[in-house]
Amino acid sequence: MNNSLGREIFANSRPFVSANAFLKEKRRLIPEKPTSATVRFYDDLETAFRDLAIKDGMTLSFHHHLRSGDNVLNMVASLIAKYAIKDLHLAPSSIFPEYKLSDLILNHQIRNITTNYLNGPVAKTIAGGQLQGTLLMHTHGGRARAIESGDLAIDVAFLACPAVDRQGNGSGAFGINACGTLGYAESDLKYAKKVVLVTDTLVDELSMWQFDHKYVDMVVKVPSIGDAGGIVSGTTRITRDPIGLKIAQDTAELVRELGVIKNGFSMQTGAGGTSLAVADAIGKIMQTQNITGAFASGGITGYFVEMLGKGLFQKLYDVQCFDLAAVESFRTNPAHIAISASKYGNPFETSPVVDDLDLVILGAAEVDLSFNVNVTTDSFGNIIGGSGGHADTAHGAKLAIITSTLAKARIPLIKSEVRTITTPGSDIDAIVTERGIAINPNRGDLLERLKGTSLKIMRIEELMDLQHRLGGIPKELPKTNAAVGYVEYRDGTIIDTIYRTG
Amino acid sequence: MKIGIAGSLESNDVLVTVRECEKLVIDIHSIVDLLFHDQIEKVVRDTLQELGIENVEVRLQDKGALDYTIRARLITAIQRMEAQP
Repeated sequence: MNNSLGREIFANSRPFVSANAFLKEKRRLIPEKPTSATVRFYDDLETAFRDLAIKDGMTLSFHHHLRSGDNVLNMVASLIAKYAIKDLHLAPSSIFPEYKLSDLILNHQIRNITTNYLNGPVAKTIAGGQLQGTLLMHTHGGRARAIESGDLAIDVAFLACPAVDRQGNGSGAFGINACGTLGYAESDLKYAKKVVLVTDTLVDELSMWQFDHKYVDMVVKVPSIGDAGGIVSGTTRITRDPIGLKIAQDTAELVRELGVIKNGFSMQTGAGGTSLAVADAIGKIMQTQNITGAFASGGITGYFVEMLGKGLFQKLYDVQCFDLAAVESFRTNPAHIAISASKYGNPFETSPVVDDLDLVILGAAEVDLSFNVNVTTDSFGNIIGGSGGHADTAHGAKLAIITSTLAKARIPLIKSEVRTITTPGSDIDAIVTERGIAINPNRGDLLERLKGTSLKIMRIEELMDLQHRLGGIPKELPKTNAAVGYVEYRDGTIIDTIYRTG
Repeated sequence: MKIGIAGSLESNDVLVTVRECEKLVIDIHSIVDLLFHDQIEKVVRDTLQELGIENVEVRLQDKGALDYTIRARLITAIQRMEAQP
């Protein structure tokens, strides 16, 4: 069966129709979990794990707010190994290279995995075809939708929680491993059958909390939930690469010419070096023209904290803190507001934050001539990430811009066909590269507005041909016919299939 | 034995090592080998032909360099090899 983008998907699944198809659907909500009478406190994870009576085939969930510094998932993984539990469905919101799940996959203790983003050894194991069941990849908003609708039913949620009070309320703002907001876990908290907060810091009272004790079944004190230093992964500094800076300058100029930068506007960028350079260039325009934006959202980095401090934005809406400066700001600044993944990007929320965005700056591994974007696999078919908030923000924002070099290590950005579609091209408005800018032809309004600009506007086919002249045409690597997983669009339909490598 | 080295292991660059040899040996290690092997080999062969060199050992550790980079690194490596006493 093929979906509307011509992608073959598995039988019995709902095929992707369009980015707006969800508007005709009703929100489905299962009841929130019954509030527990008492919270039970444990001082070791193994006793709690035994009391939970976890059985073969259950679904266990986790969040990734401690990112590369998380130790809770690994502690639970050790217990799964020790108690020889089989055929589990694991649903962490993301999987980082430090998460040790490969042995459990090879032993068939983990049969299925549902997540929003993964890379490293687990991604390699799955792309190599070693997962017995299926990998299902959500967007951040789509995961919240899946949980609240019962599509992703969670038996036990193990939630790393940097500080917990005597009642069982939990916060990410305090404790030795404070990681800031806990937005990805709010749906798990409200809808999982059992909720276990795993903490290394018990306090008498919390001044504010994100996890209400009424949803909590157990609190487990462990020596350490991880290392908050590990939440900074990848670049969170402005790039110094001249090509990245040129792309950033041109992007800021494009945004200015399109009249987006005005009082009350809102934006989101990623945490990469070029994204932050775009934020910096836009920030300078705002300062010069005395403009104050309504909010920035994300994935918040120290850079946006600085912009808030300078008064360039009135508020920050934050699902996850990308560095310790953001954690500190969240703890101390009331204008730095925690939001859940659902409030952020669930299409069925009344007014998700992404829908209020004027501008989002996104990355891409590959883009095709219809502007479909791949951030899930590379040109060899290796799994390198996933949507995260990509498809959510691209749909919600009035202007969605991809920034990228025209090639990365000779591999072209623009291809006649992408390996995997993560975000539909109908939601991508422009691609900015160091050699030129392509505007989606379905945005005639933008093309009209850019008439007479000094920016180098080119057709996407011209940009592809230009790179072919500079770097050659890569050999086509045929896909295998063995599916290892599926990419689910934010509305619950299947947008593409992920195939086994090699 | 004379040897010449040019380039780096940075992304988009190539480290070229050439050694005197009685026959032609081209040894390509590239992160984009699956996509561009034939094109990389062609650049090496064409460049050697222009320089009039028939026998040499060329080892490429390629990080996705474009043709002109490969060509420039190869020419420099050979000049360095030939400049050795």
